[in-house]
Amino acid sequence: MEHQQTPISPEMTFPQQHHSDEEFKRRVRKTTILLSIITVIELGIGLTIYTIHKGPDPSHMLVLMFKGMVCILTLAKAYYIVSVFMHLGDEIRNMIMSVVVPLMLFIWFIAAFLWDGNSYKNLRNSYDKHFEEKTIQKKSGGGH
Amino acid sequence: MSSHETAQGVKWWNGGRSPFNLEYGKLMMWYFLMSDAFTFGAFLISYGSIRFSQNFWADPNVVFNALPGAGHKNLPLAFVSVMTFILIISSVTMVLGVHAGHKGDRKGVIKWLLWTILGGIAFLSCQAWEWHHLITGEHAVLADGKIELIGQTMGGNPWGRLVEGTAVTDALKNTSVQTLASMVHEHHAAMNMADLLKMPQDKLIGMIDLAETHIREKGPIAFGGYFFGITGFHGFHVFSGVIINIVMLIMTWKGVFDRRGHYLMIEKAGLYWHFVDLVWVFVFLCFYLI
Repeated sequence: MEHQQTPISPEMTFPQQHHSDEEFKRRVRKTTILLSIITVIELGIGLTIYTIHKGPDPSHMLVLMFKGMVCILTLAKAYYIVSVFMHLGDEIRNMIMSVVVPLMLFIWFIAAFLWDGNSYKNLRNSYDKHFEEKTIQKKSGGGH
Repeated sequence: MSSHETAQGVKWWNGGRSPFNLEYGKLMMWYFLMSDAFTFGAFLISYGSIRFSQNFWADPNVVFNALPGAGHKNLPLAFVSVMTFILIISSVTMVLGVHAGHKGDRKGVIKWLLWTILGGIAFLSCQAWEWHHLITGEHAVLADGKIELIGQTMGGNPWGRLVEGTAVTDALKNTSVQTLASMVHEHHAAMNMADLLKMPQDKLIGMIDLAETHIREKGPIAFGGYFFGITGFHGFHVFSGVIINIVMLIMTWKGVFDRRGHYLMIEKAGLYWHFVDLVWVFVFLCFYLI
């Protein structure tokens, strides 16, 4: 394909170059397939969690592990959408950093607030036995 | 590859050129999306915080198990996976539209924008059905010693702990004929509601199949507010994305971008649309998968 040789906007010093038609199509196809496969795996894990929950003695650790796996897969999906579909991967490094570095705040944000919620639960369970009795998951019929 | 090679050896910050080699509007779109990510992030983290503070939370596979036209079949995750694929595919058509714009291919842009708009409308329709189903679908809940039928609303959620044994049989005796008749009607659709209402209470109780009817307590109230609030806010983004894409379609069709000599506007609309898809990936994770 032919590139425009003049910058299309005064802010842009260099004409934006894009991948050739062939390479572009290959990349989009690859990313689409990848996103679909990841989604299917996520759904598979979701159904696995469902069957574990339905089982006679759900293992809490196993469920937590599967949930962690889904979170990692979701981050992978997010990476492909942002980097390929939104073309952030093709921008100048400084520009990428100006978007990605502020997002690092999420690491603290998520950790702090989940920790806080969990701590509130623990405090309530130890000081408010009525709350604990009323809301804790009872073992289902066949169990203990 | 693209700008990396162009950028080799260039002193970007010496003045006279844009250090990011990006059009102003597109850069500002990126910063807007970054701030929007924090808005969505704050909502989802607040949901997570409340969820972590509870001993019991509704199992998404129990809440979201319906598919249009499938009646009472238990199909966890089925409908939401359809919605997810609709958004992924509409994101792909948007990429193709933006690419057609790079080449100045007006017909291509129009074609792919139309598919993207269609995908957006399909997603919104799915969401409308899902909300309707959650709000109007009634479930048997044990509250104040009797059975009530409630839907998933902002004021209550019917997905609490399962109740079994004598608690259920005692509660059934205190339950109104109206509720009992509805419960029977659920599983014996052939029977006339008016006839059921005339039956005595104990006969109706005898007709309820306790092995098949799951009776639960009320679940945490916060679930409704968070679910409708966050999916609603996302749905609003999809809706505004569709409107933006329709405006882009009209402008393309009228030849505005051809006269301008570039299709940068489509790129900015595309960024917004991909962001909507990106947010859905996380909403999908937080509400349906974990």
